[in-house]
Amino acid sequence: MSDASPEHVTIERQQMSIDIACVGFGPAMGGFLTTLNRSLLNEDGSVRLESAVSPGQPLQVVCYERADGLGFGVSGVVTRARGIRASFPDVDLTQVPMSVEVKKEELIYLLDPIRASRRSFTFKLADRVLRSLSFIFGVKHDAFELPYTPPFMQKHHGLVLSLGQFNQWVSDQVAASGMVQIWPGMPVAEPLIEGDAVTGVRLADQGTDLQGRPDAGFTPGMDLFAPLTVVGDGPVGAVGRNIDARLGMPEGHQHTEWALGMKMVVELRENSGLEPGTVLHTIGFPEPEIFGFLYVHPGNLASVGIFVPSWFRSPIRTGYRYLQHLMLHPYLWRYLEGATLKSWGAKSLQESGRHGEPFLAGNGYARIGEGSGSTNVLAGSGVDEAWTTGVQLAEAVIELAEQKRAFTRENLEATYVRRRRQSWVDDESKVAADSRNGFQKGVVTGMIGMAIAGMTGGRFALRARPNPKSSVLASLEEAYGSRIPPTELKQIQEECAAKGVSLHDRIMDRCGWPPIPMDGKLFISHQDALLMGGGVQAPPGYANHVCFPRQEICRACETKLCLEMCSGQAITRGEDGVPAFDREKCVYCGACLWNCQADANTDDKKGNIEFKAGAGGLHSTLN
Amino acid sequence: MTNGYQIVVCGSIVPDPLQTLEPVETPTGPALKNEMMLPAVLDPWAAHALYEAANLASKVAGSKVWLVSAGPKAKLQQVMMTIAQRVSFELVPVDSSASGFADAHATAALLADTIQSIAGLDRARMLVFGGWESASRGAGATMQLVGERLQILDQFQGVDQLTVQADGSLEVLERIEGGRHQVSVCQGPPALFGWATGNLPEPRNNPQVGMANMRTVMPALQKAKSVPLAAGGLHFLSATPPKQQRQTRVVKDLSPDQIAQELAEWIGK
Repeated sequence: MSDASPEHVTIERQQMSIDIACVGFGPAMGGFLTTLNRSLLNEDGSVRLESAVSPGQPLQVVCYERADGLGFGVSGVVTRARGIRASFPDVDLTQVPMSVEVKKEELIYLLDPIRASRRSFTFKLADRVLRSLSFIFGVKHDAFELPYTPPFMQKHHGLVLSLGQFNQWVSDQVAASGMVQIWPGMPVAEPLIEGDAVTGVRLADQGTDLQGRPDAGFTPGMDLFAPLTVVGDGPVGAVGRNIDARLGMPEGHQHTEWALGMKMVVELRENSGLEPGTVLHTIGFPEPEIFGFLYVHPGNLASVGIFVPSWFRSPIRTGYRYLQHLMLHPYLWRYLEGATLKSWGAKSLQESGRHGEPFLAGNGYARIGEGSGSTNVLAGSGVDEAWTTGVQLAEAVIELAEQKRAFTRENLEATYVRRRRQSWVDDESKVAADSRNGFQKGVVTGMIGMAIAGMTGGRFALRARPNPKSSVLASLEEAYGSRIPPTELKQIQEECAAKGVSLHDRIMDRCGWPPIPMDGKLFISHQDALLMGGGVQAPPGYANHVCFPRQEICRACETKLCLEMCSGQAITRGEDGVPAFDREKCVYCGACLWNCQADANTDDKKGNIEFKAGAGGLHSTLN
Repeated sequence: MTNGYQIVVCGSIVPDPLQTLEPVETPTGPALKNEMMLPAVLDPWAAHALYEAANLASKVAGSKVWLVSAGPKAKLQQVMMTIAQRVSFELVPVDSSASGFADAHATAALLADTIQSIAGLDRARMLVFGGWESASRGAGATMQLVGERLQILDQFQGVDQLTVQADGSLEVLERIEGGRHQVSVCQGPPALFGWATGNLPEPRNNPQVGMANMRTVMPALQKAKSVPLAAGGLHFLSATPPKQQRQTRVVKDLSPDQIAQELAEWIGK
């Protein structure tokens, strides 16, 4: 450094060469590293897969994860665990904390007990019929237990997991060998790309102010050069999206379908009546478009959560309050009454499935996991599929390394992509490919579409492709005009804008949703959930990772869905109409990214949210 | 100091305080509920002791830092994955208990024995660092006991600053009541410093430091000896955890004075 002042920083960016740079530690990377780790040495301890950068040593494999710990992942996981079990044939996976075999699985239609949800005529009719013929259908607690769970949804003999505990367990196994390095708290800013090849990654700058300018202790992010970069940074990861933007997506593939998953882990009261391994899927409430779940872990713990899909037409789409209302539904409340919140979290789910699949491999890189389109959108299953894609890539890497072949597009396609195309992951992905088409036209149509695709093995499906984003979202007037007079709606909008708060509480209150009975135990404020349930952290010295580059677009935006959807209330109304971002509340769910309407409403079709790499986020291992 | 310091840091690991920590009674005595499920971290005093040690070592050529840490091996491994990319050190792990219910005497005995077993340690160059209130439930006893067992007479607790003088002596700022510091000077090693929070910022993550550390950390962990505290003879008959004090209530339109008044009344209960 020639001058200590930040304005005159001339620190040279460090460089390092390794063999394999891995981005993001989730189930896909867990599968990759578990499999590769076992093959780096021969049984006699000699090197099996030799490093190109450190001759005589095994492959130098380094994985970087944004979160402060490797057990801070979030997902409501019930999985068939075929791929995971295949990786651990001699291990009883129920020994992983919070995991248990699925014992009972039910699909439940929840009626609206408070008559506040936005129900279509069909749903209102269904509620009426079920209530009036309750003695026939066995309707109790305002719910109808469907006598049958479609086979494509079933997870019989699978596992209920805590993703955080599973990731922590896997990382412990992998790291204990000392052969693979996994570093949490180290965000990867971007891929290094030369021509059509990924040559490594650049780590995020440290010691910056919130705008990314050098500040005290400035350290430019290191450049790591590697013959292979494994991208497993999930659906909103900075590296995966950067590769998509710069190297393109396959013809016709795009990320149009998303959902926000939000969950709480609760400690049930004694004698709650729920057995470990119980899996409940719910539909119908708190809104017909919002699906819910309750999975029971050992130790009197349960995960309860919701999915808010991108095709939910309402601009009032906060997950947190809807999740609280789900828990208060009489069918679930009889179990949850007396429970205590232990943890909370949220994440985006990439639900485009096969239609959102990027190039799985290219020169110097390969994609695994959810960001590679592995999630099965028909089965609602992603963890096992992600794990398996990681295993497949590891097997390919072992094959190529043993044969001293380079990690080129051709070689990776002939090994990794071939394995994936020949596997159950791909077979089931084809079945699921068009299964969600109908949801763009409504919940009932969507469910019919899923049933057709699921029951026919994907041979038949509703062929309607997703509508343009601009036609999916209803305006506030369209969504609530029949329930709230336009003048009052306008008044609510103005009052919320003046106070700098989102609309959802006012609108939901006005529509008859009862107040949440805050008890400081299970029901706490959204802000308290950040502290008590998530322990959200933002280490100093990193730039804001959510930015609004074209402020005039935000000023003109009326819906400001980024603000309405923000899982941590990290995005609020700024003083001049541009949203304000507080990184100390961000849980990295990424919902702002796909809720921004700028890509649908501007001439250049570009979104107006930059979602960059950042450090920190949730700090709970129970999710 | 021509050959540099040999700085031994006692690194106390604790469950991540951001998790829900719930004391429970078990058949073997008091414990934290699901402690093995919780991620572990260096306690803040110990972390600062390590950062200060690395900072001092970087300024005095020929210095070296050892990190002596006792805890369940899996938890030690998790902690190393976080801190080993920040500063250079050689890990001396002991597979033992790191529970908040460990006894200061037993912990100090274990740490002192481990320090004495470090090969090549030169007492004339040795500085022992640790967290002021580490491994003692805030009592500040453990580091003093470590020093006594190592027969180190120059001990300083609540240290916020250590400066090497031109003549090789060490100027020490210790916290005293009233938000002030006591300034002391000692001739040099051997000396023990129980650190408060110091003045250094948390070091940046450095992948090269991590790569270098991990070449020694993982083999050290694999060889870590299992040593029960007090030879397994330590049993707590009972413990009374502090009552949970957090309460959540949603209020609107209260003035700052009203909120302050309510808080004062609540604290006074």
